[in-house]
Amino acid sequence: MSPEPAPAPLPATTEQALKIAVVGGFGVGKTTLVRSVSEIRPLNTEETMTRAGDGVDDLSGVEGKSSTTVAFDFGRITLDATSVLYVFGAPGQERFWFLWDRLFSGALGAVVLIDTRRMEDSWYAIDRLEAQGTPFVVAHNDFGDADHTLDQIRAALDLDPAIPLVRCDARKRESAKKVLIALVQHVRSLVTAQAR
Amino acid sequence: MIRPHQQEGPDRFYVITSGRSGGADESLDAVALIVAESEPVPGMQSEHARILRLCRSPTAVVEVSAHLRLPVAITRILLTDLLDTGQITARHPRPAPSPARPLASPDVLEKVLVALHNL
Repeated sequence: MSPEPAPAPLPATTEQALKIAVVGGFGVGKTTLVRSVSEIRPLNTEETMTRAGDGVDDLSGVEGKSSTTVAFDFGRITLDATSVLYVFGAPGQERFWFLWDRLFSGALGAVVLIDTRRMEDSWYAIDRLEAQGTPFVVAHNDFGDADHTLDQIRAALDLDPAIPLVRCDARKRESAKKVLIALVQHVRSLVTAQAR
Repeated sequence: MIRPHQQEGPDRFYVITSGRSGGADESLDAVALIVAESEPVPGMQSEHARILRLCRSPTAVVEVSAHLRLPVAITRILLTDLLDTGQITARHPRPAPSPARPLASPDVLEKVLVALHNL
């Protein structure tokens, strides 16, 4: 295991932290996207759910197993002297969703990162985000196998026409950055629509 | 996925928290910024001392967790100890978007957009 990295300190004046969550199935490129935009090497930690709860695997009757643990990683972007944005990568499957309530509530919004080879991995996250009213965009991480048009992907996901769907290369900063910009612009358009 | 704490048994957590599993301030957001208000003193529990050193500049709860290599729930218990004794303070996120008001304010969004464009 690598030695503990030296923390890169935030300005002493930082008072406001914001968060964006990137959710998706295993291996879809969440960590890669976080790394591409983060000013620090992504950090990794974990959260534990000690009791079975709503939307979490029922652990009762599983002898000796009293908790669900999920690892997640995150990076950060200093916005200005007073604000910082944390970008989290986390699995989107149902059994990990307690993370949302414990860690990501209050997020500005979410990115659902998808892989066309495993589109079903993202169904739950999309349903859940819609149900809880969290603004989100869907990003197709293109592994060079882009044999699906965005329209085909939208149809396969049965995605609401109002939800932005973009293609990206999570390895590239410019591309990863555009995904976050698409999300924030989407949130802004929702705010504008609401104000009317 | 790498699970940094997995090789360490729950025994370590039990010792670190003196056997507590509750008592943490659940309102302590994952990105609440922790700021040390005092220096570590001799005889202090080593995790508490490390938090005070780490938080000489504002540090989010999840960052403290990652650097200590402790799950967020355990970290919250340790942070609550220090909050209760005034050795740290927490800068909580402003009225966060909630189910009733899920959208961030326009000025916050503008600020994020500018910073992202400049990345």
